Amino acid sequence: MKAWREPGFLVAAPVMLFLLIGFAGPLLMVFGYSFMPPRTFSLAQVPTLANFVSVITDSFYISFLWSVGLASVTVALLLLICYPIAYGMAKLFGKWANLVTVLIAIPLLVSENIRLFGWVLVLLKGGILDGTVKMLFGTGLPSLLYTVPSIVFGLVYVYLPFMLFPLVIGLSLVPDSLKEAAYDLGASRLEVFREVELPLAMPGILIGCMLTFILALGSLAESKILGGQVIIMIADDIESAFTYAQDWPKGSVLSVMLILFSGGLVYYLFRRVDLDRLIRRG
Amino acid sequence: MPGARFGLVRRLIVIWTVAVIAFLYIPMVSVVLASFAKKRYFSFPVKAWDTRWYEKVFNSLSVRELVVTSLDVAVLVTVFSVILAFLGALAFARYDWKGRKLYQKIVLLPIFFPQAVLGLALLLWFSALGITTSWQTAVFAHMVWIVPIVTLIISIQVYGFDPALEEAARDLGASRWQVLREITLPILSPGLISGSVFAFLLSWGNFPLSLFSTGADQTVPEWLYAKMVMGYTPMVPTLGSLTMGGAVIVVLAVYVAFLLRRWRHNRAMAGVAFDD
Repeated sequence: MKAWREPGFLVAAPVMLFLLIGFAGPLLMVFGYSFMPPRTFSLAQVPTLANFVSVITDSFYISFLWSVGLASVTVALLLLICYPIAYGMAKLFGKWANLVTVLIAIPLLVSENIRLFGWVLVLLKGGILDGTVKMLFGTGLPSLLYTVPSIVFGLVYVYLPFMLFPLVIGLSLVPDSLKEAAYDLGASRLEVFREVELPLAMPGILIGCMLTFILALGSLAESKILGGQVIIMIADDIESAFTYAQDWPKGSVLSVMLILFSGGLVYYLFRRVDLDRLIRRG
Repeated sequence: MPGARFGLVRRLIVIWTVAVIAFLYIPMVSVVLASFAKKRYFSFPVKAWDTRWYEKVFNSLSVRELVVTSLDVAVLVTVFSVILAFLGALAFARYDWKGRKLYQKIVLLPIFFPQAVLGLALLLWFSALGITTSWQTAVFAHMVWIVPIVTLIISIQVYGFDPALEEAARDLGASRWQVLREITLPILSPGLISGSVFAFLLSWGNFPLSLFSTGADQTVPEWLYAKMVMGYTPMVPTLGSLTMGGAVIVVLAVYVAFLLRRWRHNRAMAGVAFDD
């Protein structure tokens, strides 16, 4: 049978066509604009590398480094927070695991803006946390909003499910019998964790880390709502280049940096992970 | 015996899980709290309660317009996404074909993509094609992100689907259309329903894609954001609470529908057993 007449190819065609128009097209556009002279609004110009140079000379890389830094801290914290829960969901909770899944998924269906605004109300001076501390101890807290830690806090909060669910899938790939066998052969708990559990759960761990890292890297709302511009993250810079500054080529070049960096990570990830095996388990 | 030592660890994990779940709901509770506060600027503890902001929201024409725009977008996104994703999921998980591994990776790419950048890229794309952005372009923009997610959700259902059922129906003389209507769709319906719920609510709550793709139109999350940053009004927590309430109703309705379905299914099965 010819490849294009296979039923799989036929049912894949509409989605592929849609993504070609809706995803590949816009991305090529961004790549194209990144080579256009600064402050121009069409692709019909002589290509130039001026924008790539200006990333270095005008220190736009600073917001990029902030984003990488904050995303790394977020991933590390999420891994520590989610690992025990994922372990519980995969191995201990039994039929309760479904309820836990639902309870953790429901907040995803509420707009990120509203949830971040809820944290503003908690962290605000005179807000819920400050007010409670004042009632209990008589003195309030300094303002917790608009600081770098409050941005990390927001990132950890918003992206928690994106770390947790892949970890659950990863950990459920570890057969209990294998761990028991290792214990029977005299391995310590640390050894079982390091030699059996960790390597077998690695696809899930990798997906969780990459997903949360990339999402945090490109995040916009957390630094705006909770951070109040205390630092500028890369998505902020990209947005203002396209809107206030009206410099599409500059916005494009920053986007290209973000895309290439994230793209490299995803490429590495997809090479190491068998999607069929993971999703079927999930 | 390792089992005995796990008792304490097990208890700690349970406590930790409950604490983290509670943590996830704190901001939503505080939004609801603020929506009933009388004072214009929120402070805690709340001294006086009031529902006048709810009256204002219900009577506001501009809010009505926002809700209608958001609903229009979410409904269209749901319909188109589920149709595309249904086919996409069959290609993802049902058929074994040459380009499948590559296809799976391409389909998942938009999920791994920063939404704000995707929104801006789409803005460039629309302007290059000479399309003026409005709520219709927002439908398209949402779909770029939501179709892959729904494809993934339906695929999980498709993996558990036994293709032999389709073949058996074909062997018994069913047409392709009958097989689709009588076998494939009913079996995959839980996946299609959860896919629809996700599509609807993710579109309803989306901010980064709407921000760049709605043009002069405005959705509820965009309005909430604009008011948070500038010109705060207590209608922000109020409308926020109402949106959350709406989401809860949708999720509960679907859950009840699932229970009813299972109950009817069980009864039908019991009936069959009885007839035998």
